[in-house]
Amino acid sequence: MSALPANETRFLAGADALAREIPDGACIGLPPDYSPVAMAVVRALVRRGAKDLKLLGVPVLGLCADILIGAGCVREVETSAVTLGEAGLAQRFTAAAESGAVKIIDATCPMIHTGLQATEKGVPFLPLRGVLGSDLVKNHPDWKTIDNPYTTGDPILLAKAIVPDVALFHARWADEAGNVWVGRRGELATIAHASQACYVSFEELKRGDMLEDELLAPGCISSVYVTAVAPAPRGAWPLGVPGAYGIDDAHLQLYARLAKTAAGFQQYLDEFVLQPVSA
Amino acid sequence: MSCAKEELLAGCIARLIGDARHVAVGAASPIPAMAVFLLREMNRGRPRVSLLQKRSGNPFTEGSRELFDQAGQGRIDVFFLGGAQIDGEANINLVRAEGKRFPGSFGSAYMYFAAKKTILFREEHSLRVLVKKVEFVSAPGWSPPEVERHGGPVALLTGKALFLWQKERRRFQLQSVHPGSSAEDVRANTGFSYDAPALVPRTPEPTADELVLLRGSVARVIGENYPEFARRVWGALAGVGPA
Repeated sequence: MSALPANETRFLAGADALAREIPDGACIGLPPDYSPVAMAVVRALVRRGAKDLKLLGVPVLGLCADILIGAGCVREVETSAVTLGEAGLAQRFTAAAESGAVKIIDATCPMIHTGLQATEKGVPFLPLRGVLGSDLVKNHPDWKTIDNPYTTGDPILLAKAIVPDVALFHARWADEAGNVWVGRRGELATIAHASQACYVSFEELKRGDMLEDELLAPGCISSVYVTAVAPAPRGAWPLGVPGAYGIDDAHLQLYARLAKTAAGFQQYLDEFVLQPVSA
Repeated sequence: MSCAKEELLAGCIARLIGDARHVAVGAASPIPAMAVFLLREMNRGRPRVSLLQKRSGNPFTEGSRELFDQAGQGRIDVFFLGGAQIDGEANINLVRAEGKRFPGSFGSAYMYFAAKKTILFREEHSLRVLVKKVEFVSAPGWSPPEVERHGGPVALLTGKALFLWQKERRRFQLQSVHPGSSAEDVRANTGFSYDAPALVPRTPEPTADELVLLRGSVARVIGENYPEFARRVWGALAGVGPA
């Protein structure tokens, strides 16, 4: 595995500046809808006309993937699922998967976590129990079954180390030292630790260094992992930031209604994405 | 007291869970969540419930991977899975069927092995869902002896009936039929073969006490985490919605 960088976090102006840093063709690790998603940056990626992205769901994807797929920004998706939760099917994902417009690599949640954890440790793979006998195993290009070398007759599955080009998510706070606070959303730390570059939008800037605070430090991702941050107040909208604001369920219902058709989706883009939005 | 279909199903799931220490509820499973909260109301806070998508006070402090690590360690007794297709060998398919794409396998391929008991739950009971053989195996219903497996299916609950899984025979057994359906209706709408007694019992409805709990404290906690679902179920029953 090639070395990952020790970062000195850069501070950028906003979501559009972050989106300009993410190159076409990048593999982007993204969290599920219940973990803060950098929706303002996702909208900015659509505005800048991002192309050929590969989305990695850690471990599943929702609204952000549906919008990027519908807007033609995506070439490939690896995920355990794409869902809008209570708002129903992710219709642009469904349409793209059924037409073959986007290549889908199906996974299962803990195999994605385990692949990223292998990269955290700098090892080429890690084993995981279960999964054997699922058709996911024969369809996935990077999973192999071996015999447990410590005993006999014990097949076990290996997850190859996953190194996304980019980790992208939203945080409640960033501080002046470049650390970001994500609280209990540990999957965000896993993506950050395993990725070549990590871009984080944040709600509010805290003065000083959160790692000096015993209560905040355990929920922090150290700046060593963080390439750049940018302020984006209400940047997860219409999704939520636990403790700050909730999911805008009515907006998700509106999205799900419009995204049923290509024309409705375009109307959504025109109204809420292509011009900068006030949340 | 008449009850909503969701309340009947939740009561049924509560009986299937029975005596458990820890029940985990995954993506978009409001009816299983209703069942666990009903049990907690009746059993003074037992079993422990972990809602993966709990919006405030989420039980996992290391993100979503902690659910899977807990299951792998044996700390989760009961979990729930569904399927776009489910077959007679309890294989489930969450990926694609008849040219249609579904959301994906989620953690099923792991949780089906790791949780001690899995309750299969799918409201739609039709020939397109309950098939002879799934088109894609997201998670297998059983494993050959050399594959380490700590758990598997115990039951399949649908909108028409309850089946119990017979591990040794690798077949379902029809246990009861819900009000509004019949053994013939179930047979006609099930694509796989299964065992059935000569006389099939009716699925019992929740008791009056259980309904009071479902429409009171259970409805409130479900409403916090599944607002659309709560509005649909309890909004339709005038005067008994969440306070």
